[in-house]
Amino acid sequence: MDSELIRVIAFLVGIIAFAALNAAYLVWLERKGAAHIQRRIGPKEVGPFGLLQPMVDGIKLMTKQILIPDGVDPVLFRLAPILAMVPAIMSFVTIPFSETLVARNINVGLLMIFAFASVNVLALLLGGWASNNKYAVISAARAVSQNIAYEIPMLITVITMVMITGTLNLNEIVAQQPNISQWYIFRFSASPLMPVAFLIFFICSLAETNRAPFDLGEAESELVAGFHTEYSSMGFGLFFMGEYANIVIGCSLAVVLFLGGWQDPFGLYPGVWWFLLKLYLLIFTVIWIRWTFPRTQFYGLLNLSWKILIPVSMFNLLLTAGFLKVF
Amino acid sequence: MDNAATNNQETFVLNVGPQHPATHGVLRLKLTLDGEYVVRAEPVLGYIHRMHEKMGENRTWAQFMPNTGRMDYLSALSYNHGYAAAVERAMGITVPERAEYLRVITVELNRISSHLVWFGAYLLDLGGFTPLLYAFDDREKILNLLESVTGSRLTYCYFRFGGVYNDIDENFVDGVKEFIKTMRRSLPMYHNLVSKNIILLKRLKDIGPISRETIRKYGATGPVARGSGVDYDVRKNEPYSVYPEFDFEVPVYHEGDSMARYMVRMDEIEQSMRIIEQALDKLPAGPVMAAKTPRIIKPPKGDYYQAVEAARGSFGVRIVSDGTNTAYRLKLRSPSFSNLSLFSAVSEGMLLADALALLGSLDLVIPEIDR
Amino acid sequence: MGAYFKEIFTGFWSLLVGMSITIREMTKPVVTEQYPYEASVMTSRFRGHIELVPNEEGGNKCIVCGMCMRSCPSACITVEGEKREGIKGKALTRYRLDFTRCSLCGMCVESCRPGAIRFSKDYNLAGTKKAAYIFDLLKRLEEQNK
Repeated sequence: MDSELIRVIAFLVGIIAFAALNAAYLVWLERKGAAHIQRRIGPKEVGPFGLLQPMVDGIKLMTKQILIPDGVDPVLFRLAPILAMVPAIMSFVTIPFSETLVARNINVGLLMIFAFASVNVLALLLGGWASNNKYAVISAARAVSQNIAYEIPMLITVITMVMITGTLNLNEIVAQQPNISQWYIFRFSASPLMPVAFLIFFICSLAETNRAPFDLGEAESELVAGFHTEYSSMGFGLFFMGEYANIVIGCSLAVVLFLGGWQDPFGLYPGVWWFLLKLYLLIFTVIWIRWTFPRTQFYGLLNLSWKILIPVSMFNLLLTAGFLKVF
Repeated sequence: MDNAATNNQETFVLNVGPQHPATHGVLRLKLTLDGEYVVRAEPVLGYIHRMHEKMGENRTWAQFMPNTGRMDYLSALSYNHGYAAAVERAMGITVPERAEYLRVITVELNRISSHLVWFGAYLLDLGGFTPLLYAFDDREKILNLLESVTGSRLTYCYFRFGGVYNDIDENFVDGVKEFIKTMRRSLPMYHNLVSKNIILLKRLKDIGPISRETIRKYGATGPVARGSGVDYDVRKNEPYSVYPEFDFEVPVYHEGDSMARYMVRMDEIEQSMRIIEQALDKLPAGPVMAAKTPRIIKPPKGDYYQAVEAARGSFGVRIVSDGTNTAYRLKLRSPSFSNLSLFSAVSEGMLLADALALLGSLDLVIPEIDR
Repeated sequence: MGAYFKEIFTGFWSLLVGMSITIREMTKPVVTEQYPYEASVMTSRFRGHIELVPNEEGGNKCIVCGMCMRSCPSACITVEGEKREGIKGKALTRYRLDFTRCSLCGMCVESCRPGAIRFSKDYNLAGTKKAAYIFDLLKRLEEQNK
């Protein structure tokens, strides 16, 4: 067997395992984090610190019956959860975990991730539409308009980044940030608004992944469970895993673009550990945010996007263009 | 409502409840929606109607006492108080001063606990999970205190005709003082975490404005009325018990939106603490039961009414006695019923999420609506 | 324009304040009680279901006056007694409490003049059959004496 085939298989298994394990253990982290923020203990019965809880939950989900309610669109109803999970896993292909630990070092990696990220919306739309449930349809409509609103400032910010980096290759972007003063979040020579750009990117990725405080699609006090109201068993499980995988992708991108990816802040020991540390810190922030704030109202979310994020990111784009031209 | 809009093919009916996370019980809202806009909202009641009023006609006066706490399970003591005070008025029983003070202290504690539950549950409606747990932590302290006095955590049944069931001890007094200290620390924390939060402000400001006319029309009382600038509090306007002896303010906000109702309740927590502090300072010694309470309660023939300020508004008990040991007619005027009535008028044209924010700000307790 | 930026900054600041509060709470110890491992102690006034108070010999103090039966709003108490020699009043033969209907109001305890019943401290009752909650308090007392 040639080494290329082994490499492909190894990365395929690795990525799926990483995505699935992350989804499982982020649920654990979320539950633990939420519990301690709320001054509870959280899962603690299954295994030490409840560490086996995600496994047990997974087994439970898998053994449940997949219920297909009457009146649903049988094909789309089954397809939607898969569509939620597959693009998320695909996006992992170009994420550089370290200088060498990357499945495919594509020179349009950034573009590819955004292409796949957009498919996620389709999954929510299909899931909500096919469920033949009023809550699900409302939720799907909300998710779609939310994503359209948030794709714009996010992409403007990314365009700004691409103007500065001059490449779409994620590994090269990381290579340009060898130490903390060179991280793009602090690269004031490119634009004085870089921390703001990071913030915009982060807020948009929260909204893109339907995370609180932008989880309008799953607003349980209004829409019960939103687009996955009718899903049971692994249908629900895949939506759930897809959501967490998307969070990992969003945070990975933020780490790669702004926080120096696998680079050491002091330029000493770059490697995958730095990437993971930064990634999980960001993910913890996502969890922290969820358990602090109430949910935004729908027009509040759109107002934020159209009135604040888009003008600011446009301004940043112009400013960066000016800086690049002048300096 | 013109029929063209309701019969329009573009609208659809969404059932919120009787089993739904936003209704806190078995309330059902039949919402006719146009997209996400509420065209018509119709509350459907009666899922836990337990005929409390009829039960009052079938059991002796004293036996009805446990029922009162089971209407509004979150501020059960106010309901005990209303019923006890109504029968005392009919019988002409004078309650010893110490008992009245104990009533005030426990009722106000209960009011704080009720507002804390509302605060947490409302934030839950709005998608914020954590404040609920903080509020319940504080509420737990109140429940422990009340349990140590009444023996029960929710349906206290603490008041008796002519006084209260048990006297308090030193531990309770110390515990209440300790609680007020911690609550004074928590309240600013709630304001920082929640009331000043931009997301919450955006969601509540100008949402569900209720005009004074609407309040009058539907007879809404309590924080809902006070949030719309109606300065009406039974404790001030029709003083009962020993409330005139305390110095406290009635928070009134004029905006009429959900935020105003929110702020009224948060301010009321502070005012209740002030009342409790004063009551503890002035607490007289003496018996907690009137000495001359007859064993058999038979109010003289007549028609009597007593209103008290419960956590949700004015709770009125009207008793018609024919001089026997059961009521001829017992009418319970519960505040949430009137407060819910205005929902369908106010929610017209609102977005679904805003309508539910309005519903939460009314602070409904369903068993009390259905009775 | 000034108001626009002011709102952004105050809003953003309020979010940061909120996050600082939750992270501070996170470092504080947990406040929940791990129920099956640590059970709470009921206060002395806790109202559980009623039980008979034993006298010095381990018997009961009930005089079968029936006040508890009559005072109960839910009619969940049935008391039966018989005349026995050497005893004033009646002797208790059966004290049946239908706990499924009891609302724990305590009218029976208050109405009992000899002080023959009191509240128990049982709170973690669980069962699958209705019959499990129809207690014979006299038998319960005898079992406790054993």
